[in-house]
Amino acid sequence: MTHQSTMLRLATAGSVDDGKSTLVGRLLHDSKAILADQWDAVERISRDRGLTGADLALLTDGLRAEREQGITIDVAYRYFATEKRSFVLADCPGHVQYTRNTVTGASTADVVVLLVDARKGVVEQTRRHLAVAALLRVPHVILAVNKIDLVDDAEARFLEVAAGAAEVALGLGLADLRAIPVSALHGDNVVDRSATTSWYSGPSLLEVLESLPVGEVSDGEARLPVQLVIRPQGAVRPGADPDFRGYAGRLDSGVLRRGDEVQVLPSGRRTRVAGLWLGDRNIEEAAAPQSVTVELDDDIDVSRGDVISAVTAAPAVREFTATLTWLADTPLRPGARLLLKHGTRTVPVIIRALTGRLDLDALEQHATDVLSLNDIGAVELVAAEPLPVLPYAVSRHGGAFLLLDPSDGNTLAAGLVAG
Amino acid sequence: MTITLASASSGAVTTSSAYAAAGSARHTPLTQLDLLEAEGIHVIREVAGELERPVLLFSGGKDSVVMLHLAVKAFWPAPIPFPVLHIDTGHNFPEVLAFRDRTVEQLGLRLVVEHVQDWIDDGRLRERADGTRNPLQTQPLLHAIGQGRFDGVFGGGRRDEEKARAKERIISLRDDFGQWDPRNQRPELWNLLNPRHRTGQHVRAFPLSNWTELDVWRYIEREGIELPALYYAHEREVFERDGMWLAVGPHSTPRDHEQVSVRTVRYRTVGDMSCTGAVDSPAATVAEVVAEVAASTLTERGATRADDRISEAAMEDRKKEGYF
Ligand SMILES: Nc1nc2c(ncn2[C@@H]2O[C@H](COP(=O)(O)OP(=O)(O)O)[C@@H](O)[C@H]2O)c(=O)[nH]1
Repeated sequence: MTHQSTMLRLATAGSVDDGKSTLVGRLLHDSKAILADQWDAVERISRDRGLTGADLALLTDGLRAEREQGITIDVAYRYFATEKRSFVLADCPGHVQYTRNTVTGASTADVVVLLVDARKGVVEQTRRHLAVAALLRVPHVILAVNKIDLVDDAEARFLEVAAGAAEVALGLGLADLRAIPVSALHGDNVVDRSATTSWYSGPSLLEVLESLPVGEVSDGEARLPVQLVIRPQGAVRPGADPDFRGYAGRLDSGVLRRGDEVQVLPSGRRTRVAGLWLGDRNIEEAAAPQSVTVELDDDIDVSRGDVISAVTAAPAVREFTATLTWLADTPLRPGARLLLKHGTRTVPVIIRALTGRLDLDALEQHATDVLSLNDIGAVELVAAEPLPVLPYAVSRHGGAFLLLDPSDGNTLAAGLVAG
Repeated sequence: MTITLASASSGAVTTSSAYAAAGSARHTPLTQLDLLEAEGIHVIREVAGELERPVLLFSGGKDSVVMLHLAVKAFWPAPIPFPVLHIDTGHNFPEVLAFRDRTVEQLGLRLVVEHVQDWIDDGRLRERADGTRNPLQTQPLLHAIGQGRFDGVFGGGRRDEEKARAKERIISLRDDFGQWDPRNQRPELWNLLNPRHRTGQHVRAFPLSNWTELDVWRYIEREGIELPALYYAHEREVFERDGMWLAVGPHSTPRDHEQVSVRTVRYRTVGDMSCTGAVDSPAATVAEVVAEVAASTLTERGATRADDRISEAAMEDRKKEGYF
């Protein structure tokens, strides 16, 4: 195993009882990510419950209520690695708050593994999950057609389900959807290709995961939202410049090199990169998603919330339109005064208008004056200060924001800048 | 306006994600450790940028040492702008405490220590029948957080450690009683961290959330980070209890039938001496430890922590009450 390997982030989605926990357990088990003591615990509990075999779902259901009720409550993170690559898996439960969970998992995912029960095929929730994946621009979606062992004419049924999903994906403009027939229970096509599905000649789920290309965030314009101004003054570390003044942040996209001309948004003031630091290491260039500290040539006013970006970047704006996924129990109405966090800047914002709610089943937009929990809708916003937003279609970071409750700070919505 | 779900020219979708590796030919590709480091530093800076009074939990254990190393990098060349906190069970390995004090001194940090022993001495806490003090740390921890008016507490917890931890957010809200409600956690969207909260609440922040034990060791190797010596193979007087090697010491004395022997061991975690076991190991250097961890067939906690074996939900229960 090499630690030079790239890391792939995957999120799982599916309806209750489609076999998601079993699939994740199977993936972990068959890729040897389960250690002996974890496996012993699963076998012991399975025995205590009078099961004949080990219940793979127990590997992922971590909370007492989950084990007692046999359901998955909240997103759980799992880590496993093969010779080729390491994986961060966000296991997103399919029932309560499924939109919220799927949005959470999909927002950072390189790939969503979407489960369907081969007997049921594409159901309402499958369409919703596909819509969320499309909305959040997840680069790849794998449809795992599960419980293939339970259907009679497996090949015909698989092709039928895959075609149904492909049609929905096409309507949504999903970048990449591929289907695999699996049996999570028996392990067919999960890690190893199965002899049982000899009619299927494609790769196993793990083979696909190992070979998917990961996007390069270093492509695109340089963008670094400033987190902190580093000014040690008297308290400088030995060997460092007592007059040091640097701007700490993480590159969202692109590459910064010493000498590059940059602008600071929202002011638009231009200057050059005088130095780049990673800890105490002076570096020539930094690439997304590195966390670095930037020194600038001129002594200009830069503070937390500003964005150091390529000179070509669009200017900051106060008014824009966006798509929201509403995540709070209290509904959203026009005129609401909230906080918006974009990059490292948090500003007051007014929801000027609600221009529509997405009907995820018909995939149509309807007029509305309220957005409720798990609704996806379009809004017009006015911010108290200009924000250097980018369309989400252009940048998964520059186009993303949170809406927060000003009274308790809770996250109310995931926002995507339109355009 | 209309909601465009995705452009028809979906081939042009940008595939950036918080984790996507930068592999362009123009610069050296980032490794997994680079990505984890970048994320950890981002978390530390974001909490420091948003909150008034953060504090970092520092025990001298390897995860907290790595977290502190990231904090040094996050603010360099300025000093770390917050104190460190240790909940001392009174059952700590003396060499780990010495390491803790040396590190704090070198970095010029302010160290706040809350002693579980004080709580036992004045009757606020009672010693447990099994003598284990890990579960007793919760009250002193919450007290120290309240006393220091700390609003953000950095912990070295990793999601690969344990099943309840796998459900933990990088930024995790604690209510007025310090409690964790796993059923009501904030969604974690993109890399937009949200540590805001009401007065009286606080957040826990876990910069190493996505690290595995192996990542931690590889990073220690890469960065040349110093650790307490007991993480490496050494000879120690031990006896067997619950399938683990416990050190003979003031807080863990062998019972009559428990045979004492001298063995070459090392620790995978360092905690309460009375319930933290050593493992047989010849791994005396960091490279040897990396190789050993990569080949291990037991989890770190399964191999060495008696307290987590008590029940399926031991960690969950402690976390809900406000534990690390
Ligand atoms: N026959 C068969 N049963 C399966 C398969 N995958 C899962 N199951 C069963 O379906 C039920 C629900 O699975 P579970 O993983 O708990 O579903 P979840 O709610 O999606 O996590 C369990 O009884 C599983 O044993 C499969 O591929 N074939």
